[in-house]
Amino acid sequence: MDNLKFEEPILALEQRIRSLSESGGDRPEVKEEIRELRKELTELTRKIYSELNAWDVVQVARHKDRPHTVDYLSLVFDEFVELHGDKFFGDDRAIRTGFAKLDDIKVLVVGHQKGRTYQERSECYFGCAHPEGYRKAMSKMRLAAKYGLPVICLIDTPGAYPGIGAEERGQAQVIAENMFEMSRLETPIVCVVIGEGGSGGALGIGVGDRVAMLEFSYYSVISPEGCAGILWKSAEHASKAANALRFTSKDLEKFGIVDAAIPEPLGGAHRDHHQTASRLKAYLLKSLRELAGVPTEQLLAERYEKFRRMGQFLTVEPAEA
Amino acid sequence: MGLPLRDFRDSIDPEMGLTPEGRTVSDGHGIRATRLERDGSTDSGRPCWVRGSSLEAALAPGSLHGPTVSSTILAGWQASMSSTEPATSETATPMTEESSPRRKKRGVPEGLWLRCAGCQAAVFRREAEKRLNVCPECGYHFYVSGPQRIAQVLDEGTFEEWDADLRPTDPLGFQDKRAYADRIVAEQKRTGLSDAALTGKGRVRARPVAIGVTDSAFIMGSMGSVVGERLTRLVERATEQRLPLIIISASGGGARMHEGIFSLMQMAKVSAALARYDQAGGLFISVLTNPTMGGVAASFASLGDVVFAEPKALIGFAGPRTIKATIRIELPEGFQTSEFLLEHGYIDRIVPRDKLKSEIARTIDYCGM
Repeated sequence: MDNLKFEEPILALEQRIRSLSESGGDRPEVKEEIRELRKELTELTRKIYSELNAWDVVQVARHKDRPHTVDYLSLVFDEFVELHGDKFFGDDRAIRTGFAKLDDIKVLVVGHQKGRTYQERSECYFGCAHPEGYRKAMSKMRLAAKYGLPVICLIDTPGAYPGIGAEERGQAQVIAENMFEMSRLETPIVCVVIGEGGSGGALGIGVGDRVAMLEFSYYSVISPEGCAGILWKSAEHASKAANALRFTSKDLEKFGIVDAAIPEPLGGAHRDHHQTASRLKAYLLKSLRELAGVPTEQLLAERYEKFRRMGQFLTVEPAEA
Repeated sequence: MGLPLRDFRDSIDPEMGLTPEGRTVSDGHGIRATRLERDGSTDSGRPCWVRGSSLEAALAPGSLHGPTVSSTILAGWQASMSSTEPATSETATPMTEESSPRRKKRGVPEGLWLRCAGCQAAVFRREAEKRLNVCPECGYHFYVSGPQRIAQVLDEGTFEEWDADLRPTDPLGFQDKRAYADRIVAEQKRTGLSDAALTGKGRVRARPVAIGVTDSAFIMGSMGSVVGERLTRLVERATEQRLPLIIISASGGGARMHEGIFSLMQMAKVSAALARYDQAGGLFISVLTNPTMGGVAASFASLGDVVFAEPKALIGFAGPRTIKATIRIELPEGFQTSEFLLEHGYIDRIVPRDKLKSEIARTIDYCGM
């Protein structure tokens, strides 16, 4: 992906600072200038990032340098023991599952993986999981529930894979079953959208006791391109669709769909993986501590109520009905 | 959990149902009475679905033929709509008014003849209607509206609509080429429905059931908050009242884009309600009709204990156009049809429309509900 258009002024300023410090960073007057420029950069970044529209957010969520699940596996967790395969068809690389340690808490992690190099990306279909990925996720989550491990789901997918094999192996069926089973899984579940929350593909690992989003991620019923293709008859109108769909973390927090929007470092997660990871970790620890003492029955009742409340509609007088 | 003997005894009933039925066929009082008596008298220690208060309600004199909300709706519908509109494969993705086949036909005089999308034959409209909107030449299943569907499956006059007082709203202030708020009003006017789902309770050959249908004519049968809420309440009431649950899907649009994330979350909401229903031992019969796609296929429609599909219905997760655009190869013949799903193991039975009622009754009997 090319540089983001709205980031160009930021990148230009960053470039200027870099070349200044390379050419004569020791001289006091240059140092002073760099300090000034840094201040300016901070202001500029803050300004630009506070004014992003929904389509810009989509670009940030898809940024090539944005941290992915495997990055968080090493930055957030002390250990990750990958568990492969759905014991039915295959091992989908678009969803990674395994045991992990979050400080001293043993957990099971499920996360979409997009890949960074071309080879990685094609190996995991750009984060678009097949049915075997969702089956794998569900079977590992059942394992976690059996042994009392909480589940952490990291969501980052443009959507479930649309293909012949995926349909033949029951894409609709597995997503439905995952929601069905997750709604009654007897262990705490914390879900965080870390990049793209693409429709059913996201929701297939997205039913939990806590659902949060990183600040510049999005979570949508349909991709902006898909929506534009249907309603505007051309994917070129994706930016219009993005703004109409109201799917940023701010919107969803306001709608009461997500519990939290986890702030990203200045200029987005792609500028500082470590800080993003530490904020994500803090959220996960806090949530797991809150959920740890809750009796299972209450946990499931509250999880049910959480989703039960979602939806907006009117009720008219019976006479009008 | 073996089948108790009474299940076999009960399954005698639907034999009657196996004879081809017209829409006006109704069960005699005798059958109803016997059936109810049996319901009341058996007890095998399993949760006592169908009995108790619903039995009393069933035996109340007014309940068998009492006037229902539905009958008026049905009458209005049948009079106002062109009932044999085929839902073509073009309808796999949500469509706007510009491309809707029903919309195009508006204003065209109601002909005596229909062109069948299955065999291209000219079909006498009356003849198709008599066969529950199935082509007499090739068996192609034309579109049926939600209210018509209920009339086809339930015993006459037994439908009692639930949650008719819910109305869609526009939580996002959504606007594409047209404001969603306007679209809702236009769709309501055009279809006579308040949203794409119709739910309630009634009887299938005297067996009390909770039933929901989606109607592909209303914004492609897509699921927004009202559809999700009606279905969730339906499932919850079926759980409370221990009723068998039937949902007949006709939703090409999946989760409704215009309500954004709220629509997506309806998938989780209905699925969670179904999980509780399942836990309580309820029987859910999901019937897939043309088309059942996207977020509807990927939630309640796929969660039936028993899944039926009408012949040659388009059923799948991603729309064929999306798949074609992604993989850039021609899709195989018959891809994403009922027959394709049967072959791949995702549905239990393909059930032609005229057999649906009896197949439902028989399944309920086998499962002892």
